[in-house]
Amino acid sequence: MDDQQTPKEDSQSIMDRLGALWRVIMIPLAAVLLALIIGAILLAISGANPFSAYSALIEGSFGSMRAFGRTLAKATPLIFSGLAVAFAFKAGLFNIGAQGQLLFGALASAAAGFMITGLPPFLHATLALLIGAAAGALFAAIPGALKAYTGAHEVITTIMLNYVAINMTDYFADGPLKDTAEGNIIARTPEILDSARIPSIGEIPVGFFLAVLAAGLVWWLLWRTTLGFEIRTVGLSPHAAKYAGMRVAFTVILTMIISGFLAGVGGSIETLGIVGRYQPGFNAGIGFDGITIALLGKTHPFGIIPAAILIGAMKAGASTMQFNAGVAKEITDVIQALMLFFVTADMIVRKLIRAKADDGEKITLSGWGQ
Amino acid sequence: MQNTTTLPTPLSPWRQFTKQWGTTIFIILAVVGITIWQYILNARVTEAVLASTIRQATPLVLGALCGLLGERSAVINIGIEGQMLLGAFVGFLANVWTGNLLFAVFAAILTGALFGLLLAYMSVTLKMDQIIGGTVINILALGLTGYFYQVGLTTKGKLLPIPLGPLADIPIIGPALFNNPPITYATFILVFVVHYVLFHTKWGLRTRAVGEHPRAADTLGVDVYKVRYVNVILGGAIAGLAGAFLTLEAVGSFERAMTNGRGFVALAVMIFGKFTPFGAWGAALLFGFANAMQTQLQFADIKIAHQFIGMLPYVLTIVVLSGFVGRTHVPAADGVPYDKE
Amino acid sequence: MTEENLALEIRNVTKQFPGVLANDNVSFDLRKGEIHALLGENGAGKSTLMNVVYGLYAQDEGEFFIDNKLVEINGPSDAINYGIGMVHQHFMLVPVFSVVENMILGAEVTKGTSLDLARARREIIEISQAYGLEVDPDAIVENLPVGVQQRVEILKALYRKANILVLDEPTAVLTPQEAEDLFVVMRQLTEMGVSIIFITHKLKEILNVADRVTVMRRGKVVGHTSPKETDQQGLATMMVGRDVLLEVAKEPAKPTNVVLEVARLSITDERDVEVVKDISFEVRAGEILGIAGIQGNGQTELIEAITGLRGADSGSVLLSGEEIPFEKPRYLVEHGMGHVPEDRHKHGLVLPYDLADNMVLNTYYQKPYAGQMLTRDQQTILKNAYGLIQRFDVRAPGPEVNASTLSGGNQQKVIVGREFSRPLKVLIANQPTRGLDVGSIEYIHKEIVKMRDEGVGVLVISAELDEILSLSDRIAIMFRGEIVTIVKAKGTTREQLGLWMAGAHPEAAV
Repeated sequence: MDDQQTPKEDSQSIMDRLGALWRVIMIPLAAVLLALIIGAILLAISGANPFSAYSALIEGSFGSMRAFGRTLAKATPLIFSGLAVAFAFKAGLFNIGAQGQLLFGALASAAAGFMITGLPPFLHATLALLIGAAAGALFAAIPGALKAYTGAHEVITTIMLNYVAINMTDYFADGPLKDTAEGNIIARTPEILDSARIPSIGEIPVGFFLAVLAAGLVWWLLWRTTLGFEIRTVGLSPHAAKYAGMRVAFTVILTMIISGFLAGVGGSIETLGIVGRYQPGFNAGIGFDGITIALLGKTHPFGIIPAAILIGAMKAGASTMQFNAGVAKEITDVIQALMLFFVTADMIVRKLIRAKADDGEKITLSGWGQ
Repeated sequence: MQNTTTLPTPLSPWRQFTKQWGTTIFIILAVVGITIWQYILNARVTEAVLASTIRQATPLVLGALCGLLGERSAVINIGIEGQMLLGAFVGFLANVWTGNLLFAVFAAILTGALFGLLLAYMSVTLKMDQIIGGTVINILALGLTGYFYQVGLTTKGKLLPIPLGPLADIPIIGPALFNNPPITYATFILVFVVHYVLFHTKWGLRTRAVGEHPRAADTLGVDVYKVRYVNVILGGAIAGLAGAFLTLEAVGSFERAMTNGRGFVALAVMIFGKFTPFGAWGAALLFGFANAMQTQLQFADIKIAHQFIGMLPYVLTIVVLSGFVGRTHVPAADGVPYDKE
Repeated sequence: MTEENLALEIRNVTKQFPGVLANDNVSFDLRKGEIHALLGENGAGKSTLMNVVYGLYAQDEGEFFIDNKLVEINGPSDAINYGIGMVHQHFMLVPVFSVVENMILGAEVTKGTSLDLARARREIIEISQAYGLEVDPDAIVENLPVGVQQRVEILKALYRKANILVLDEPTAVLTPQEAEDLFVVMRQLTEMGVSIIFITHKLKEILNVADRVTVMRRGKVVGHTSPKETDQQGLATMMVGRDVLLEVAKEPAKPTNVVLEVARLSITDERDVEVVKDISFEVRAGEILGIAGIQGNGQTELIEAITGLRGADSGSVLLSGEEIPFEKPRYLVEHGMGHVPEDRHKHGLVLPYDLADNMVLNTYYQKPYAGQMLTRDQQTILKNAYGLIQRFDVRAPGPEVNASTLSGGNQQKVIVGREFSRPLKVLIANQPTRGLDVGSIEYIHKEIVKMRDEGVGVLVISAELDEILSLSDRIAIMFRGEIVTIVKAKGTTREQLGLWMAGAHPEAAV
């Protein structure tokens, strides 16, 4: 029975692999297209010209090196957000709190960026990044612990904590950490020192490469390590995990911590690489985008990167669209929601179809056994 | 013939009573005590606090009723927030365009029902993960309302309080209970109606059966899918009413994301209220009371940054969830899509 | 098949599921007032056929005739209207509802818009007296003993005026004495005009109570017979299609030192009920101790405590003389305990994982399956899987298919392979052959005896009396959380076991 696995027909297996890959991306691709079509319809209904809107969108996101850089810059925190949500999904957790964890990461890294002095650039930036990541991780440990020890569902606790995060970061930016420079009345932190900045290579922010690296690390962690095996097992079957001797509560909390860490890094990179300080309202809704991206990317790190670039492109191009075609930015939110709907609805329909295909190979009632 | 399973030893009647009602009675006594004390200190402020309690509680009760109808038939509704927001927005727009308040309320209810239909379709027919489905509605709501909203519109008129004669003059509770606008009165009535339907009618029996053991209901000829659809749509309608309350009764205008998390707090209210209408009412009043007290604190010159006070309802929700979720009986089939085969 | 008074006739029913032809051109008839047994092993298609009759599944082909008239059944409501009632193997009762509420669900009695529970109560008391099936209408179903719940299920059908009653494996949850009582009720019902279809895989019961038998195998009807014309061996051969060993072949046991000792173990469950009361027993290397008892007498909790899935309130468990820490399955795996769990889908396997991962489910962290710094050694994991698939005859294309694609028997072989391939001192096998086809059952029994002969101490828990009787060297009977007695298997009769399982006082051990 085991001699079926000899590595023969290399070309055939490559074709098989491509076919399998196509089947995997077929659905998200269809979802995106459907959403764009319906978006165009909505635009037409509200009196705008879909073609000029979409072409302005493309121009603003891919039309020049500068635009492309902007797209990647927008995509960077989205990758982290998507990774955070997808990672938690693997353990069966719905981390809607990536938003709040990201905010704390941004605030903490901004604080580290202007409060710590006397460090050489590379060291300062790395330290500030890690401090931001730690802030996100700690904040995420709260709903993790609550879920593990009291069963409080993380969907509600993380949403509540998002509001808590908005309020608290607001407080800090308007209070103890407020920018006391001459003439400033806005609630925001002072600018970070140059030594804390994360640079760009040409138009492309270094943060983007960090994001891709992070995606690779997440993949390796989930599918090549024992910890990843534990996380996935807890997500698929907590009972079997217990039977296997895994520590379920510990795994839940650790997963949330790693998820929060990722979100925190996302916020920190945005602060240290792009914004340069913490200012409330600087990135409305990236946490919720994380959910769309995680699902569009089929909760797989390598799917999340293109999904994030897609959404990042929409964000980058939105202002151009508003400026050139006079279309309100929020249409991109609607299109995103539609993408989310189609990708998850299709997942189910697809699951049903694939289930039937699986059962075709399934052992018949007495066939194999007898 | 002898049975073969051990039966639980019953608790004495007194212990049973305290176990079930102990916390509730304690809370009621505490609240009544504080109220009377405050009244002695300042009558007018107390009446304002109580009125504010009812006002804060109303959307929470309606949201909890919405969630409850779904949960009882085993459909989780995370999208109450989105349904509320869309109802608020459509109601607002309808009033701005037609000037008619009643029509606007119906438009809001219809919108809520429509998105209830969407949630039902996703959860029951497509058998999607119900939490993702609810999240889709929330994100859709934020996107649609954000895109179509134009700043500067205001409603034409507002739903005004209707005093119920001499009842409204009763000290302490009079103004709070008997001098309310229509949707608030409707909420009181809805609590009784939902309770009656759920526990005393054929429809309620079937709903609860579908929530606990859908296959058993199926084998007796109950249409599980239909029951879930109807409950979720009705729930959506109620959420739409909550939205109408916000724009047409409480505030008089619309603002982006104005629901501000109420839909999620409503879920905590529902759980705290043990998935029953009267329980949800009590829990909502408690949350409302806490909110009202918080506003008082702000005026009372206590030196806490306003952001911390703003956090109170959300923190309270977390505390409630952590303490109560484990001890409440959740409908056994909750969150699991039903498959006939 | 001609002019006889047929209560029900099924002609040429075919039902296809994805990848499985559950019913293949099945025809079957039920005479008025008879008890007709439908026999087949797990997976033969009996339950499917009845679910089709009851309207829960739609047939692909085939027709039904009631009282010789062609009828259409599109759902349970139709079946109920035609007088068909079904008592499922897993009860269709809402646990938190009362008996009244369960009775009227779907056929509610109303006064205006409200439910008229008072009238429903009266009606229930009337029929329960008419048929001699006493129930308390206001009792909450989940608090009722299983035998009473079954009575409620039967009454539910009678309340809806059923004159065709389908009973799906009704004795799976009953003691032998309760089963006898059920048979008395069944005969009474036939005298009152009810026709009964009785689905089972228990040969002795058929000989006891059936008028006729129809045997199914792999979706087809393979024979008709009656108790007068055949015996247990004959039925078994028809059921499986070849000669079947009804007894497990084994040498006498040669037990040596104690490997597992349970000392004064007591467990209270989440509802504050004491489910295991001060239990003590021991298992020696080289013997099989069987725990007999109807499900729900504390066996599940007892085994969970022994295997690290739950804690205990007091008492201890010793593995090779060392006291084990509770709720630490990993400790047990590392100290020579193997566990084939009761619920293979819940505890034993992760269905979406492939066979390779399932086969290292509780050893994945050890060398050689794991390396430095959290890494896993995919090569070794695969090799291990290949080896086990061969050794334990798992019918699967390879180790990289998902466990969900395997049949129940092969899934169980994966678990058995995983557990048996470690060096074991103690093996706990909980309902090891539940829901499996005869071929897999025989295989697993053989492997368990082999383990015993290699010096492992084996603890088998089973609700199938025949399995306990033929596998065990000694038998412990559990009732309401206590061990009633422990006896040698040889010489103990089913009747004795049945009495003890029902809580009767232990007579002198043989």
